[in-house]
Amino acid sequence: MVKKKTILVACGTAIATSTVVARAIEEGLEERGLYVNIRQCKAAEVPSLVADADLIVATTPVSVDKDIPIIQTLAFLTGIGKEEVIEQIVDYLKD
Amino acid sequence: MEALEELMVGSAILLGYPAKDAEGVISELGRLLFEAGHVKESFVQAALDREMSLPTGLPLMGGHNAAIPHTDVEHVLKPSIAFATLAQPVNFHNMVMPEELIPVSIVFLLALDQPKSQVGMLQEIAGILQKPVLIENLVKAQSSEEVVEIIKNRADTQ
Repeated sequence: MVKKKTILVACGTAIATSTVVARAIEEGLEERGLYVNIRQCKAAEVPSLVADADLIVATTPVSVDKDIPIIQTLAFLTGIGKEEVIEQIVDYLKD
Repeated sequence: MEALEELMVGSAILLGYPAKDAEGVISELGRLLFEAGHVKESFVQAALDREMSLPTGLPLMGGHNAAIPHTDVEHVLKPSIAFATLAQPVNFHNMVMPEELIPVSIVFLLALDQPKSQVGMLQEIAGILQKPVLIENLVKAQSSEEVVEIIKNRADTQ
């Protein structure tokens, strides 16, 4: 069995935004039959958690040293381009 | 979770508020939540500080943009939402791209008291933000009762 990929979902304060985004990603991927680990954090915590992640999705700017795809998007809050972002996530997870 | 409309504070709904800038509308809405006894006095400054470092402007699909200022749970006594439409749009920084300014005409100031329990609140608000018709109706609302009605009946609006 293929190891589940891990998506790090980051927002400003991790109060609620990242949870909304995490659920939307989970739903979008499950509709496509994909299951992943999702970990939520504050943008500031990204550098310390990035080692175990395969992809970062953030609603605020984040910067890391690791060579890892980062999607910065508000699509899961505003709905704009949501399907495209899910497709983008699916693409990254294939590798 | 309580229904979204039950979290709205009637005395903290402003329509056509003549804010000069983002700070003006956050301060006024925060003051109203404080007067209603929903937040501590420290809330306004904390919300302003947070907006400076982690802005909350959201460009939307229709002709109007929104902002969802909020801050740490320690400044909140009771979960609630203050709401404003603005006489003239004021600039907020874009959440995902802070160097970009976006003109905002609708503001939800969120008072969240526990990190996880208010996920539903934000999810419901995101649902509203994703429906241009609802945003248009909110911008046009003439009374705070109308705002609450629009939010209450949001599921019926496409």
